[in-house]
Amino acid sequence: MSVAEAPSPPAPPSLGKLFWVFLVMGATSLGGGVVAYLRTGLVVRQRWLDDLSFVELLSISQTLPGLNATNMSILVGDRLRGGMGALVATLGMCLPGASLMIAAGFLYGAGGDGPWSKAFLHGIAAGAVGLVVVVLVQLGAKTLKTAADYVFVAATAVAVAFFKVPVPYALIVAGIIAIWWHRPRDKDVP
Amino acid sequence: MKQLWDLAGVFAYLSLLTVGGGMAAFPEMKELTVDTYHWLTFPELLHFYSLGQLAPGPNMMMVASIGAVVGHIPGALVALVAFFLPTGLLTFFVGRLWSHLATWRWRPAIQSGLGSVAVGLVLAGAIIMGRGAITEIFFGVIALVVFLLLWRTKINPAYPIVASGLIGMALHYFNIA
Repeated sequence: MSVAEAPSPPAPPSLGKLFWVFLVMGATSLGGGVVAYLRTGLVVRQRWLDDLSFVELLSISQTLPGLNATNMSILVGDRLRGGMGALVATLGMCLPGASLMIAAGFLYGAGGDGPWSKAFLHGIAAGAVGLVVVVLVQLGAKTLKTAADYVFVAATAVAVAFFKVPVPYALIVAGIIAIWWHRPRDKDVP
Repeated sequence: MKQLWDLAGVFAYLSLLTVGGGMAAFPEMKELTVDTYHWLTFPELLHFYSLGQLAPGPNMMMVASIGAVVGHIPGALVALVAFFLPTGLLTFFVGRLWSHLATWRWRPAIQSGLGSVAVGLVLAGAIIMGRGAITEIFFGVIALVVFLLLWRTKINPAYPIVASGLIGMALHYFNIA
């Protein structure tokens, strides 16, 4: 670890700068797809991470519960500036959207639920179903490898959506069976 | 005061179900916020969820709207903290341990196993959401067109979703739906 070694990673940003960059991403990442905005902001523009670390942190974010956007803020913030970094990055990421949705909650209560806004919201709800199905197809294409995986998907979805099985039970039972199905076999060990 | 505790409990619990994305928590969110606590109606939940897809940042900021409906600003803050803190702490600590877990033999099994269950939960969420949102054939057409656009092109999802809202208003104007 000599100082003269080039190219050295850039010095970690200040907490203020970290907050500002995440605030801008939190305010501009319209229309979902926060991951693309994160990569542009962190890897391309600020060069705080290389693509390899970005993908590594993303795979942690996707494996753990929680939203990708906030999990990424926590992991990137922690890597750059420790615990405080994780906190300010997450606050910056959440502040704009949270303020807007709090305002939406108040407007809805204060007569914003007239027939016209209801018609508009019913329309976007239908559009959002299309969006959810796209996310589903993309997630499935990345995750599902074998026929058994599709069986786990169908069994979980039918149990929850049609038989009203509470999600934690479905998650635990189907999770254990699916993990056991994919269990490490001795022949995999080199 | 009791309502704030209820909000904290419900959203902390929902937080832990968000494997594979916020949609995975949708079935339980409907069950608790609509059927158990009656904080809002199912159409209202759908409206907030869909509006939340238009807001910037993480796509589940609609939990703040539910919090605001139930308990104004304190309610919104309690819902947000409860929804993001449990998984946030988990991510923080597991993130630091990750390099040790990278070579663990069970890690790929857990990743693929939970991955398929997560897709199943998102599918369940989509089915429950579709039941509420697609009440007329026209809304099914809107969903299908948005799906095809987003699947086949690189268009920003905000545009077709806003367009869906405008079409919803047009359907209302012509008394079609």
